Formats: sequence, C-alpha cells, structure tokens
Amino acid sequence: MSETKNADTAVDTTALAASGMIGSGQEGGVLDQARAYIQRVRGGDMGVLPAVAGFVVLCILFAVLSPYFMTDRNFANLLTQAASYVMLAMALVFVILLGEIDLSAGVTAGVAMSIFVVLSNPGGIAMNWILALILSLLTGVAIGAFIGFFVARVGIPSFVVTLGLFLGFQGLQLLIIGTGGLYRIQQPEILAIQNNNLPVWGGWLMLAVMLLISGGTAVLDRRRRVRAGVPNRTVVLVWIKLGVILVIGGLFVALLNQNRGQVNYLAGKVVGGNVIEGVPIVVPITLAILWAGTFMLDRTRFGRYLYAIGGNPEAARRAGIKVVGIKWAAFGICSTLAVVSGFFTASQIGSVDASFGRDIVLFGVAAAVVGGVSLFGGRGRLIHGAVGALVIAVITNGLGLLNLGGGVNYLVTGGVLILAATVDAVSRVRGGGSLTR
Amino acid sequence: MDEPIIELSDIKKSFGPVSVLKGVSLKAYPGKITALVGDNGAGKSTLIKGLAGVQPYDSGVVNFNGTPVHLTNPREASALGIEVVYQDLALCDNLDIVQNMFLGREETSFGTFDEGEMERQASETLQSLSVRTVKSVRQRVSSLSGGQRQTVAIARSVLKSAKVVILDEPTAALGVAQTEQVLNLVKRLADQGVAVIMISHNLVDVFQVADYISVLYLGQMVAEIQTKDTTSDDVVGYITGSKTYTGVSA
Repeated sequence: MSETKNADTAVDTTALAASGMIGSGQEGGVLDQARAYIQRVRGGDMGVLPAVAGFVVLCILFAVLSPYFMTDRNFANLLTQAASYVMLAMALVFVILLGEIDLSAGVTAGVAMSIFVVLSNPGGIAMNWILALILSLLTGVAIGAFIGFFVARVGIPSFVVTLGLFLGFQGLQLLIIGTGGLYRIQQPEILAIQNNNLPVWGGWLMLAVMLLISGGTAVLDRRRRVRAGVPNRTVVLVWIKLGVILVIGGLFVALLNQNRGQVNYLAGKVVGGNVIEGVPIVVPITLAILWAGTFMLDRTRFGRYLYAIGGNPEAARRAGIKVVGIKWAAFGICSTLAVVSGFFTASQIGSVDASFGRDIVLFGVAAAVVGGVSLFGGRGRLIHGAVGALVIAVITNGLGLLNLGGGVNYLVTGGVLILAATVDAVSRVRGGGSLTR
Repeated sequence: MDEPIIELSDIKKSFGPVSVLKGVSLKAYPGKITALVGDNGAGKSTLIKGLAGVQPYDSGVVNFNGTPVHLTNPREASALGIEVVYQDLALCDNLDIVQNMFLGREETSFGTFDEGEMERQASETLQSLSVRTVKSVRQRVSSLSGGQRQTVAIARSVLKSAKVVILDEPTAALGVAQTEQVLNLVKRLADQGVAVIMISHNLVDVFQVADYISVLYLGQMVAEIQTKDTTSDDVVGYITGSKTYTGVSA
C-alpha cells in the first residue's frame, strides 16, 4: 500500500473515533483510560488485582506479626520457596486455559527428576549432567504428548487421564528410585539455581533488559498501529508502565543486592561464602519463561487459539483451528514446564526421593485459581498463576515464621483458595455473567 | 436470469441408516437472498454443513461459479469465499470483537499479530455494513447483546470478501428491534453483491427480505420459487407437505 492510502485511512479512522461510532478503547488521555479500566474492573474483569491485593495484605499482616518477615534474608527465601510453585502454576495455566487440568504435573516432575538423578548420579551411570537434564526435559515432553494423545485424540477427560497418571507415576518413581531410596543432587549447576545468586551488577543488568524489552515492544506495537492507521493509547501510559517496572524492579534488585547473612545451610552443610548478596539465579530463569510464555499467549496464533478453544471449542473448530494439535501442544508445554519446576524444587531441597512432587500439584492448581485463572477455561494469564503462587508461598512462609505448623498452613491456604474463587464468582455475577461460568 | 454462483444438484447424505438428504438441488445468486425453509428435521442444517465443509456430502455435485468443487473441510469452503454464520453463533465469549472476527485467519507479521491492521479492517467492515450499535471493536463478545453478537458474526463472515454467506436462523433469538437490525444487515450484505442463503423458520422475515424461497421437505427440495410469485400460505403448505408445488422451478 502507498503512503497516501495509509494517510487516507488514518484520517478516516480519526473521523470515525470523533464521530463516536466505533472506537477501539485506545482513544483519550490518561484519565479516560483510567476510567475505562475502572469500569472494566467493576464489570467483573478484575484480572490479577485481587491476588495482588491479597499478597499485599498478607505481607502487611505478617510484617506486623513477625519481626523476621520483612528482612532481606526472608525476602530472598520467600522467592526461592515460591519459585517451584510459580513455575508449576504457569505450567498448569496452559492446560487450564483450555478448560482441562493436569493432576499429574507434580509426579511428572517427580518421574523426570528420578530419571535425572539416576542418570547423572556420579556413583551410578554418571552421565553428563547436561545430557541428563535434556533427557529429563524430554521426558516431560513425552509425558505431555502421552496425556495429549488420550485427551485430544481418544477423548478421555483430562481429569481422568491425569488422575490415572498421578497414581501410576508414583509407582514408576518407586520403581526408578527404589523403595525408601533418596538421591542427593550433586551437580553444582543444579544446586546453583536456588542457592546461588547473580552478581550485584547482574541484578541491575536484568532490570535493564526488562526495561529495554518492555519499552522496545511498546515502540514496535505503536509503530504497527500507526502504520495501520488506528489510534494509539496515550504515550503517557508507556512511561507509567516503564516507571512502575523501574521503581518496583529497582527496589527489588536493591533489596536483594544487600548482603543477607553469613551462613546458608543446605542439607546440613554450609554452602556459599560469608557474603550472600544478589538476585537468586532462579528469578531471571522464571522471568524469562514468564515473558516467553506471555509473548506466545498474547501475540501468536497458538496462544490465541488456546484462548478460543477454552472459550468455545466448537467455534474454534468451525473457524478452522486444529483443536487436537493445539491441545496436544498445551499438554506438552505443561508437562515440560512442570519438569522445570521439578528442577527448582530439587535444587532447593537438594535431593530427590520416591515421593518427590506428589503433594505439590494441588498447590499449583490453587495458585492458578487464586491468581484469577478460570478453571472453566479461556480466562487467565501466566502472570496470574505467578502472583497466585506468590500468595500461596507467602502464606507458608509467614505462618512458618510465626511457628504455626502444617495444620494451620493447610487450613489458611484452603481458606484463601475458596475466598479467591468467591471473589471471582461474585465479581462476574455483578458484571452480568452467570454464576456457573 | 443471472448465473447462480452456487448450484447444488442431487446432493445425498445419510447418517447410518437414516437418509437425511435424498437428492437435493439448490441455487444461490450473487446479490440475491435465497431463503431456505423447511420444518425441523427437513435437512436444512445438514445441507448447510456440507456447503461449509464441516460435514461433507456423500454424493452429488457442487458447482461454484460453474466449476465443480469438493468441499471436505471448512478451510476449503472459506478459501472459495463461502462463509457460514451458525445459529449458535460460534463466537468465543472470552475474546473481543476483533479477535473473533479474525479467529483462524489472523493478520501477522514476523509471526506475531498485527493488531492494528486487524482492528482497522474490523472497523472498516463494520462501517461498510453501517453498524452503529457497537461502541468499541475491543469489547469482549460476552458484553454484547444478542443482536450485536449476530452482527459481529455476520461481519466476521464478510471480512475476507466473502462471495456466499450462509445464515443459519439469524433472527431466531432476537427481539423485534434487533430482528429489524439484522434483517437490514442481511439486505446490505446482498446489496454488496454477496449471495446470501438464509435459513429461517420465520416466514415474515423471509417474505420481508428474500428474493427466492427454497423449501425442503423430508430431505427433498419440493419448491424453488421467486418470493414475488408465491404467498405465505402456499409456502406453509409446501413446508408441511400438505401442498405440492406445481409451477416451474425458479
């Protein structure tokens, strides 16, 4: 198309917006945008807001109740405790968006980690750890494909298929590891994920990369919209977004760059030096996967079709979408990211036994729901799973600091889950939706 | 008489022992509205699903612009410019108007969505159909009324220069004002040169907009007539089988 044609359409659409016929929700200044946002929230489209609010409230509560909560050491601790939940919740979002579920995500991680430790254990097969890591990730892909086959091809409800695997894989783990067996993780690289930190400058570099990516995509997006001749949101919003990343991210990195403590125990041994400072390595890994996944969900056909199938599978099929293939891919991604979560857990606790991953999956599902992902499918984002997981993790962390044990922890976590689901349901009814969907 | 853009002849389709279409013929002309009427179970939906490529026919000839074509999946039909707007709307509630209109055929550059381009085309299409009831093309479909949804579904069908648009009961669930809106939209569609095939149970609607009426009765096409040559009573007779069409096929 020539320049003049574009110019013409640009004029057309501005005239259109001015005449108030069909807008795109991008017009107006900051105030208009803010008003539209508030209206969306009041209409039941609350997104991640309740989870963020819950997180802040819990943090304030624990900060008041425990002097240890608001320390930089505990802050780093919280992040590493949350990392496995965050990754698992993000994994599950991919299948929950389809309206499916993967109850075997935890034991999938267990099986893959069992294979990893058996293969890489220096006293046994002693395979190169990178090769073992790749093989265990591929185990995740294979398990996902297996689930996808039964769900998408054969047509068995995913609840049933993955419940079967949940039981079966516990047996498989026992067979691989041996009853009562326990393998210590011996690869320093795997242990480093949760126990080592970026150098001080690395944290700032991470923040700079985040700002660059966020600003860069904003510029590219706006350029595309200008080329198409449709209005852009006011540029102030971009600056606000970058400002928020800069301030929150800056505080975050600055806090983690403080020296926190002299000793760091791992399985009874002192690891690391006297100085512990920097952003835990698990953080940039998680952020990178969060970014890549969100990019895929928001900007590529695969992501759009995932939402479409979750919203109305028949509509998706009639639009020519290959529903089976998309489902297959979603289960593959879910199981693979579940294995990544398994590596985080293994790195944190330093060992793998036959019950590895058995208990974690329902926390992952709970995290996704608390974050605002709909179990009916079609609604939710990866960041929702991540924030929900932070909420779940902060409950465990804070109650632990208050010396309240597992009993209270489970009760509170369950209560928060039901509360979150209620907030979601009520907000949607107020927004005109029905209670069941 | 114009050349029909779609001409079906001797179409047969059965599900197991049940024969649903027993040698059906149908014509649709560019710029004209052909109403397809018939009682429940007459085979209207089955006939349409075959044209859409969703459920291929067992046998018979489909001529598109005079050349025989085989429609075995929705993409082939779509590539020819045959679009279907289904009764249950086939929209995704959780997506917005633009996303729904482009579902399955998104504009991309470098593998990622060109949202601006899609947004422009969507609002241009809605404008060309003189749609005034939609506030923003970025509204979620879940927030739209029945008439607005039907509007979006129809706009989706003409987005990519459709030649034939098939509407499955476009006014079934709508109130009076919204029915009027949608029927006007259907007329504008035909004014743009699109061949419209409209399934309807509502003979008032049919007589208001249709140029031709085709009546299916128990899997057979019992009448293909010009609207101006017939009356509502006659058509009811053909639909229920109490009357036999004796005139020349239109």
